[in-house]
Amino acid sequence: MTQSPTYIGFEEYSEHVPPSIPAAVQQATGRFVSGRAARVAELPQFEQLRQSGSDIRQHTIENMDMYLAQLEEQVKSAGGHVHWAETATDANRIVLQIAKENNVKNVVKSKSMATEEIGLNHFLEKENIQVIETDLGEYIIQLAGTGPSHIIVPAVHLKKEEVAAIFSEKLDMDAPADPIELARIAREILREKFLTAEMGISGGNFLIAETGTLVMVTNEGNGRMCTTMPDLHVAVVGIDKIIPDWESLTVFLKLLARSATGQKLSTYTQFITGPRREEGEFGPKEFHLVLLDNGRSKILQDSVGRDVLKCIRCGACANVCPVYKNVGGFAYGSFISGPIGAILTPQMNGTHNARELPYASTLCGACADVCPVKIPIPTILRHLRRRVAEGDAFALPTIPVPIRATANLASLALAQHWIYRFGALILPKVMSIFKRNGWIPSAPYPLNRWTKSRPLPPFTSHFRRWWKTARPTQGKESTQ
Amino acid sequence: MPQAQLFITCLGDQFYTSTLQNMTRILERLGVEVSFPPEQTCCGQPLFNNGFEEKTRPVALSFLRAFSKNDAPIVAPSGSCVGMVKHHYPSLFKEGTPEHALAVDIASRTFEFTEYLVNVLKVTDVGAVYPHKVTYHASCHYLREMGLKTEAKTLLSQVKGLEFVQLKEEETCCGFGGAFTVTYPEVSRSMMENKVKDIVASGADTVVTCEPGCLMNVAGGLHKAGAKVRAMHIIDLLASTPHPSPLPRGEGTTPFSNGRRVGDEGQS
Repeated sequence: MTQSPTYIGFEEYSEHVPPSIPAAVQQATGRFVSGRAARVAELPQFEQLRQSGSDIRQHTIENMDMYLAQLEEQVKSAGGHVHWAETATDANRIVLQIAKENNVKNVVKSKSMATEEIGLNHFLEKENIQVIETDLGEYIIQLAGTGPSHIIVPAVHLKKEEVAAIFSEKLDMDAPADPIELARIAREILREKFLTAEMGISGGNFLIAETGTLVMVTNEGNGRMCTTMPDLHVAVVGIDKIIPDWESLTVFLKLLARSATGQKLSTYTQFITGPRREEGEFGPKEFHLVLLDNGRSKILQDSVGRDVLKCIRCGACANVCPVYKNVGGFAYGSFISGPIGAILTPQMNGTHNARELPYASTLCGACADVCPVKIPIPTILRHLRRRVAEGDAFALPTIPVPIRATANLASLALAQHWIYRFGALILPKVMSIFKRNGWIPSAPYPLNRWTKSRPLPPFTSHFRRWWKTARPTQGKESTQ
Repeated sequence: MPQAQLFITCLGDQFYTSTLQNMTRILERLGVEVSFPPEQTCCGQPLFNNGFEEKTRPVALSFLRAFSKNDAPIVAPSGSCVGMVKHHYPSLFKEGTPEHALAVDIASRTFEFTEYLVNVLKVTDVGAVYPHKVTYHASCHYLREMGLKTEAKTLLSQVKGLEFVQLKEEETCCGFGGAFTVTYPEVSRSMMENKVKDIVASGADTVVTCEPGCLMNVAGGLHKAGAKVRAMHIIDLLASTPHPSPLPRGEGTTPFSNGRRVGDEGQS
């Protein structure tokens, strides 16, 4: 973010989720989940691939300095320029400077999470540079004026009727609620932009250290247009996107499309090694690679949390996450949503800004089951909850005092069995006041937060007494 | 004679008396010598999962002490609580300390109920009769943390008269998640309502699960929705016999018979 991060209120958002969002999200993610399952079923070695993917990413993040040095050398020797951006602001300024030096007024953009992360579009627009997103989903949300709500399908929260309404309003036309027609309208407008832009901006799926190659995996062909038509190509890529060599790439190409969209391979896979070398060749005259840190090297210092940097941004974790599917991506208050967002944002922006996110999970573990690089998401969620609740080497505790007091009390009562048993003796009596027809339909605080959604069964707590007094004699001698 | 120490879990203790009684009965019927350490409280998972690791340690120690007086296996009606003991207790204590050694020992002999039946006692038919259409919700920690994918279904497949129907999204979380239900009640409710919808759509008249937590959530949701579907702990279903064993006095704890519901009496 170019501005300092604001507090992310998952709870507040989750109380007022527009009902159209879960419906749209569940429909789209359902297709991805079944697609992924079909691709996995036809590839018996998928588990081995996941293990290889995990091992390679682990090795890479643990040796990132070495591979980044190799990458820089290779990109330069291929004729490209390398820029290091420590912060989001640095990255934005670097891109702006390149644009100014080349008199750029119009930019076409390929979909990129890194540029969403740094808020590049707004930054350039403030400097009077027109930026057009050319991925259809990104184009839609750019018109709508929002960020992405999913890693790979940024407009997943919108139904076709809503997209048609946005087109009609923003493009001043009568757009029909027909996906093919909407795509045609966008294509027509974007074609003109591709032909006139002086600069193309992209992100990148992988950076191959061995040869200094930027790898882009896309489905619409717009990425190829952005990176070949203008004379200037700037790629903004997180330093975590690095992989050692082409052999490792074969593993990730197999994993990525299958995990993301349920495709065997995405429609376009591009390999960009520097700018064009001779006149007559395709490609831009200049190639700039902006390597974005923005907190990543700080995350690397945390031996548990750093596994988040293994992520290859496939979105599979969000597709299976029941929490994500019921709140949508905006609840996570950041460019990245779903389980991966819940473990990345608090590390990137600090737990003081995002203390609610690590708790935005039932720890059901569905995400870890599908992650193509085996990121232990529930473990990292717990790790970050601990940072919030008790503090660690990276941050002071930020949990509200009443919750901490409750935890202290619970710890005391549960560690002393006589306190617990005294509680278990009186609770049924106290709670029986609230019993109606065999249920507790509305309980006092804090259990009212349970009963606002469903009744509570009555407290019984008779087992201990039954064991002592009423149990048939068989086995009685073993009673302690 | 095999032995087992009952780990009743705090939710079992507070809400599911009859399930615990049925667990005792089934184990004894299978010839297990059952004991019950009364000093047990809660495994500490609610504290642990909410980031209070320091505060979990004394609770875990109290649990370890309660169960270390006897070296019999420890059996619980919850995969989640067993997962806590098995997979997280050892990480709470420094390696090389006596507490760590004790945690590793206890972890190695703590079992979830269906796991204990199928994998330890090697029993798949407990003689239960339940002539109903039954569907099954796979609880998250039971399924993923404990890796128990077949045990419950194996036991259900041996129940006489039972017709199994597949639940759509069987492995999707029901929205319980412990403190999650009170931290984000709206999200928890949406998840629960999706689960309830799928259960009703399955056409089953009974849904079973192996977790007291999910059971509380799903049963409450079904009740609120006015659905005519019983939610049961698998133990209560497995305790359904045509010839109930002699009953203890007091406490309505009738094992299931003639289409009546076991869990209800002990709770009302």
